Amino acid sequence: MIKYILKRVLMMIPTLIVISMISFVVIQLPPGDYLTSYAASLRQEGDRVDEAELEMLARRYGLGQPAYVQYYKWVSGIILRGDWGQSMEWRRPVRDLLWERMALTVAISSISIIVSWFVAIPVGVFSATHQYSVPDYLFSSLSFIGAGLPGFMIALVVMWIAMRQFGLNVGGLFSPEFIGAPWSWPKVVDLLQHLWIPVVVIALGSTAGSIRTTRANVLDEMNKPYVETARAKGLKERKLIWKYPVRVAMNPFFSTVGWTLASLVSGQTLVAVVLSLQTIGPMMLRALTSQDMYLAGSFLLLLSTLTVIGTLISDILLAWVDPRIRMEG
Amino acid sequence: MTIPETDAIGPSDDLDEAPRPGEVAQELIETETMELPEEEEQLYVAGQWQLMWWKFRKHKLAVVSALVLILLYVVAIFAEVVAPYDPSTYFIRYKMAPPTPIRIIDAEGQLRWPFVYQRVRDRDPDTLRDIYTEDRSIRHPIRFFVRGAPYRLWGIWEMDLHLFGLDAEPQEQAIFLFGADRMGRDIFSRLCYGGRISLSIGLIGVLLSLILGIFLGGVSGYYGGRIDTVIQRVIEFIRTIPAIPLWMALSAALPADWPIVRVYFGITIILSLIGWTGMARVVRGRFLSLREEDFVLAARLSGSGEIRIIMRHMVPSFLSHIIASLTIAIPGTILGETGLSFIGLGLRAPAISWGVLLQEAQNVRSLAQAPWVFWPAAAVVLTVFAFNFVGDGLRDAADPYAR
Repeated sequence: MIKYILKRVLMMIPTLIVISMISFVVIQLPPGDYLTSYAASLRQEGDRVDEAELEMLARRYGLGQPAYVQYYKWVSGIILRGDWGQSMEWRRPVRDLLWERMALTVAISSISIIVSWFVAIPVGVFSATHQYSVPDYLFSSLSFIGAGLPGFMIALVVMWIAMRQFGLNVGGLFSPEFIGAPWSWPKVVDLLQHLWIPVVVIALGSTAGSIRTTRANVLDEMNKPYVETARAKGLKERKLIWKYPVRVAMNPFFSTVGWTLASLVSGQTLVAVVLSLQTIGPMMLRALTSQDMYLAGSFLLLLSTLTVIGTLISDILLAWVDPRIRMEG
Repeated sequence: MTIPETDAIGPSDDLDEAPRPGEVAQELIETETMELPEEEEQLYVAGQWQLMWWKFRKHKLAVVSALVLILLYVVAIFAEVVAPYDPSTYFIRYKMAPPTPIRIIDAEGQLRWPFVYQRVRDRDPDTLRDIYTEDRSIRHPIRFFVRGAPYRLWGIWEMDLHLFGLDAEPQEQAIFLFGADRMGRDIFSRLCYGGRISLSIGLIGVLLSLILGIFLGGVSGYYGGRIDTVIQRVIEFIRTIPAIPLWMALSAALPADWPIVRVYFGITIILSLIGWTGMARVVRGRFLSLREEDFVLAARLSGSGEIRIIMRHMVPSFLSHIIASLTIAIPGTILGETGLSFIGLGLRAPAISWGVLLQEAQNVRSLAQAPWVFWPAAAVVLTVFAFNFVGDGLRDAADPYAR
């Protein structure tokens, strides 16, 4: 097992290197170099341009030197000093902007996963045990619809309904007075009050998928001889189902949690833009449209890394559950 | 199975007796000439595609969806004819006008040919917002194939024939099936034109994915070994990059001064950059399983070249599966374009796509005032579902020999 984990971790390294290169290319994509546009934006706003500061930034990022030198300076800055570069628009180090947004994004995604499991597993089990009944058809068609609808459209509809019925603008994660305020109990309470709409919207798509997976898995297990044996021995139906087939059917959920989390984090980008959440999505969009490239590139790098780590966790969990995989790999 | 009384000699009774060796051939001929139910007889002689069509036909939802898709594509292809107005004409008197109600019963309660009433614009004294009411004394019947705004069909033929419209001067009285937007443009006409980009980007994007996927997946699956490992690593790598953020970053990098056509192809390429990996996996899997089949071995032993084996023997047997996975892949591309254009990173304003039209709905307040700007979303959702169902039906039909 340890050998397998080590092997997977080592295999991660080349992937991460290529990912960092791609993020660097993204940073370099807009025409002109970072410093010229930085100075231009300073001048535009009538600020005094500090030549010494520009000089220092140029040295720090190796601007004007060949691309590989710049790449090396950027990557080594991140790895050795935790320096992700400077956000042009926010005039702050990218590092300061990244982590709070990242934390909120991961938190929303995690809550959404848990909510979707709480809904999907009972519904999926019910559908499987009542196969071809009216509720089963109802749930199946609902989950088909839920899986097909794009999240950002659901978000728009939810906001529209809230606006029309209650005159509420439900966007955002905090009430205006708490934005930018330090963390406190009232702020947490306020967050919880705003949280449910994004959670419901984000959870909807993954719930639909999970219902179908649970249903299929439980149905597969139900026909196996051990279930028949347990039934023949007189085990109560309810206990029988929840104790054996459901447990087996739930294995893939836990072992793919890494993938699910990572894909939710990037998948919710558009929903976050519509609902103007204080998460990565809207900030990345703004960074991209205002060509604040160190910020945008850092987000891409961070999200990709998260996906790689999520995959790693899932692979390890899968190998742990299923010995055949670790023997092969 | 039947009662003894029907013991009279009939063709089916011969089958019950054990055939004597010399009679086997005789009997085979007899079975064919026997009066099987017509359908069953066809089942034995039908070709692969015929069987698939029969199986697909049974999936009612898929058939209906296929018809819906055909309709959508026809509308997009003949957008100039179907749309009653030019998509970028401003009707200054109809800013944010709601959909025009179409009536068949007039104020006197008489049944009539479908018509609309004359619209009158008023201003709400409190909110200063335009409100539209109907003048019930003036009726405008809806006419089919009317002459209206001139256009060039596909940029070639000059025409002015429209599928439907009113006899009235458009600026005075227009028919807006889905209402008008903030600038007073007809949303239905814009939807028709927008379908051109949104519907074709799905097909072209998937076509690009297919070319890359078949080539790389085929090489990977057919040759195996080291090439296979390298290609599989590349695919795995591409799949670890989160799709939406990468799409956003790349499409933000497309220069803003590019002409529409170039941006269109840029976006298409960006979208298929990730899509091909799925296709490559399907193709590879098929190649891997077919490589071991007896008929491939037989072809090789009888001296067929590699290309001939692939094109003549292998491709036909998995073509149907490829078509099914293509259909399932199209909605992803359509949604990708819609999402990107919606947040302003894809196609931009003078271009008309469903995503661009949805930008109008981005502001919740305007959505609350004029919910009809949300119609493009309905078009997208309809298309996505139709493709999903058709893909579902095709996947079931792809292997007609399986039961």
